[in-house]
Amino acid sequence: MSDIESTQSAPEVRPRPMSELETVVVRFAGDSGDGMQLTGTEFTKSVALEGSDLATFPDYPAEIRAPAGTLAGVSAYQVHFSSQEVYTPGDQPDVLVVMNPAALRINLPDLPHGGIIIANVGSFTQSNLEKAGYKANPLEDGSLSGYQVFAIDIAKQVALALEGMGLTAKEVGRCKNFYALGLMFWLYNHPVEREEKSIRAKFQKNPKLADANIKAFRAGYYYGETAELFPSRYVVPPAVIAPGTYRHITGNEATAIGLVTAAQLASLPLFCGSYPITPASDILHNLAMYPNYDVITFQAEDEIAAITATIGAAYAGALGVTTTSGPGMALKTEAIGLAVMAELPLVIVNVQRGGPSTGLPTKTEQADLFQAVFGRNGECPVVVIAPATPGDCFWMAIEAARIAIRHMCTVIYLSDGFLANGAEPWKLPDAASLQKIPVAFRTDPEGFHPYLRNPDTLARPWVVPGTPGMEHRIGGLEKEDVIGNVSYDPQNHEKMVRLRAEKIARVVHEVPDATVYGDSSGDLLIVGWGSTYGAITQAVKSLRRRGHRVSALHLRYLNPMPANVGRVLANFQRVLVAEMNLGQLLMMLRAQFLVDAVGFHKVQGRPFKVSELVVKAEELLGAREQAELCAHAEMV
Amino acid sequence: MTMSQCNIVQAPKLTRKDFISDQDVRWCPGCGDYAILASIQRVMPELGVPREKMVFVSGIGCSSRFPYYMNTYGFHSIHGRAPAVATGIKITRPDLMVWVVTGDGDGLSIGGNHLIHTMRRNIDLKILLFNNRIYGLTKGQTSPTSEQGMKTKSTPFGALDRPFNPLSVAIGSAATFVARSIDIDSPHLQYVLRRAAEHKGTAFVELYQNCNVFNDGTWESVTDKDVRSDRLLVLEHGKPLVFGKERKKGIRMRPDMSPEVVEINGNTSGLLVHDETRRDEGYHFMLSRLASPEFPEPIGVLRAVREPTYEELMAEQCRTVIQERGKGTIEKLLHAGETWVVS
Repeated sequence: MSDIESTQSAPEVRPRPMSELETVVVRFAGDSGDGMQLTGTEFTKSVALEGSDLATFPDYPAEIRAPAGTLAGVSAYQVHFSSQEVYTPGDQPDVLVVMNPAALRINLPDLPHGGIIIANVGSFTQSNLEKAGYKANPLEDGSLSGYQVFAIDIAKQVALALEGMGLTAKEVGRCKNFYALGLMFWLYNHPVEREEKSIRAKFQKNPKLADANIKAFRAGYYYGETAELFPSRYVVPPAVIAPGTYRHITGNEATAIGLVTAAQLASLPLFCGSYPITPASDILHNLAMYPNYDVITFQAEDEIAAITATIGAAYAGALGVTTTSGPGMALKTEAIGLAVMAELPLVIVNVQRGGPSTGLPTKTEQADLFQAVFGRNGECPVVVIAPATPGDCFWMAIEAARIAIRHMCTVIYLSDGFLANGAEPWKLPDAASLQKIPVAFRTDPEGFHPYLRNPDTLARPWVVPGTPGMEHRIGGLEKEDVIGNVSYDPQNHEKMVRLRAEKIARVVHEVPDATVYGDSSGDLLIVGWGSTYGAITQAVKSLRRRGHRVSALHLRYLNPMPANVGRVLANFQRVLVAEMNLGQLLMMLRAQFLVDAVGFHKVQGRPFKVSELVVKAEELLGAREQAELCAHAEMV
Repeated sequence: MTMSQCNIVQAPKLTRKDFISDQDVRWCPGCGDYAILASIQRVMPELGVPREKMVFVSGIGCSSRFPYYMNTYGFHSIHGRAPAVATGIKITRPDLMVWVVTGDGDGLSIGGNHLIHTMRRNIDLKILLFNNRIYGLTKGQTSPTSEQGMKTKSTPFGALDRPFNPLSVAIGSAATFVARSIDIDSPHLQYVLRRAAEHKGTAFVELYQNCNVFNDGTWESVTDKDVRSDRLLVLEHGKPLVFGKERKKGIRMRPDMSPEVVEINGNTSGLLVHDETRRDEGYHFMLSRLASPEFPEPIGVLRAVREPTYEELMAEQCRTVIQERGKGTIEKLLHAGETWVVS
């Protein structure tokens, strides 16, 4: 540390003017090996601590390290921060940091004209340009004239800063990302000391690398200060945020701690049977950290073992959870039928990704709704719920467990890649205020039958092995009503099919009514579910500002749906269902409520942009032309 | 922990009847499963484990109807998945004694993956694989243990597959207990079941079982009364590998490490001496490969070694983490990582 002090000191420079901004979107993009995800998360942490509201979106390729410099290897991280409420990671970046030509080529189409490009010019070599498919260097051929380009030879700067530290060229190269981070800290006027502590903590095991990264970070910061490239620095004032303790949380983290919390609230061990799959694995990684919370994680040999072991655990009295993504769901299908037949509590987390088949493993999509609701042999009803934001994952995970236990049923929890990896500041709930989840294992053999039902919920009793006097057999064959013996009787089968359906239908009694954002009636209702919440809310907000009678309805419960959905739909002239599939919720709403809804679909592995939704809504409202006129007037 | 927790509980004296459920047994008359069921129901009361602490888990197939006939806890799951279901039960509740009943199709075909991984992990399950070398419940197709060339409904011109040897699969998967017995040899079967029950860790038992409808007499050439003493090698720990009606044949290793059958005249020196407890699998694997007609087929306990079970390791790991970090609470969970206060 002391040697850092001696070799680097803040240069004396002319202070730059400070401009205040309401909202900023920054995107870091580089090779998979450039550490862009780390740069992004470090910057985000600082943004949060500066008091902004924010949302983030990491976008990384399926290949861990595609060949360096290629288009396939580009990894990006976008953060949107503002003094106002933030609902999405932002449609388009204001500032694009690119570490190589491939990153520029992939990300440039998203940058609006006039946007800032900070380019690592040293990497724009002939070979890298060719790999990115550039015939000429875009930094030199004038093709970027519509943007504000700041070309910095980051690699060279870092090499200079780290000279004499005895690092290998490879080690020096890996400090580039902190140089870029330092530059952004300067540009947005963030305090450096806190970050330096953070870097030191991160590289605790290798103090030399910690020193190197801190030096690179400072070099980036001082470069901003001395180089006089940038005419101005920016500051985003703190947002008005509800008082409380906050932490930065991704959807996968929130899902994991929600599940642990649920098990604690139910005083049950949590059993998570899982098989590694993108983008769900982080839930398993998180849960594996908590053996001291009565959490058992079991990395199974395959997806089928993951769910069947979990069913075994539920039978043995644990809160059973299995986590996966679409292809894994497909493999679990038969076992879901067993869970439905055995009527044991089971939570299945599906972090949806682009499909079908292997599809787009690291990209987001919402095309597993039909799979969740219908995708099994036989009449096989389950509860389906979906969190709306990364923070909401915590609450919906608890909700999934609560429903599964109370109703002795399977609950499918549909997250997606965008929620899973996206992050937001999350206000910690008061632990003492969380409601317990009552669990009543039946231990009284008097009058016991395995398929006796609770008259309200139709749930059967949960009896765990080890309970004396209640030995019984369950399984996947059809069961005789109440008694639970194997039965092939036709009337009994129909009765049981109807009972299982009715049991799930009755969950609606505990599903809160869906709330409308905006007025309860109007010209257009935009309906969404899952991770589209932010984009739809923001779109409706701006449509309403422009005078449209538009509202939004967000569904967190998809089967059964809240009791008021039909009434809400009927109060609007038009209904637009926006989802990242080809119209699955749309078809369910049309079928259940005979509503003449239309759909807005996007299946590009990317979330909706607010602007896309606004354009679509205005098209439906017949107000497109008018809007264009307005926009034109604004520009003039 | 050296003894299974379930052995510690002092249960009231139970009888065979206590383990018979109220369900009608629905296997075909003459099926080998009846004999196995009877032997198991005889052995269970001797184990000193309360009935409610026992769980029988099965997959799909004729053998998998087994749990319905046992008056214990039972779970008739789906095809091939019994070892996985049982794993979830045992990990959650190590105090339970968990038996898996499976067949050659259920365990080695559709469920092969679960079977090998369960044995690899050494989860304390007792796995009984009823091997009748045919698919019975689906009415007679070739199974992964059917002999090559066997004509079945699905292989009218002869099966092309080479069969699995279940014992070799088990030993190859590093199972800590591997044994074989025969449906109709009740005393031997009961002995093997007791040994499996006493073993701590995955106990894999192959049972030669006759399907008198679709593959009648499949084991006759080795188990028939007239030939069995020449065709079966009854393993006993610490005893030389001797067999034959007059016990005049033995097995020894050639210098090239291949086994051979030799005539003996009272002198067993030079013969292999059976050792269940050898840690390396080579000798046990060699035993598993002994097959008729060249060799007698081994029955009894091939391998029994004590290694930490998955549950034991898990409990130990959990204790260590609790020692280091303390027991978790929701409050601690929520406040983990970097937090900041907005006032």
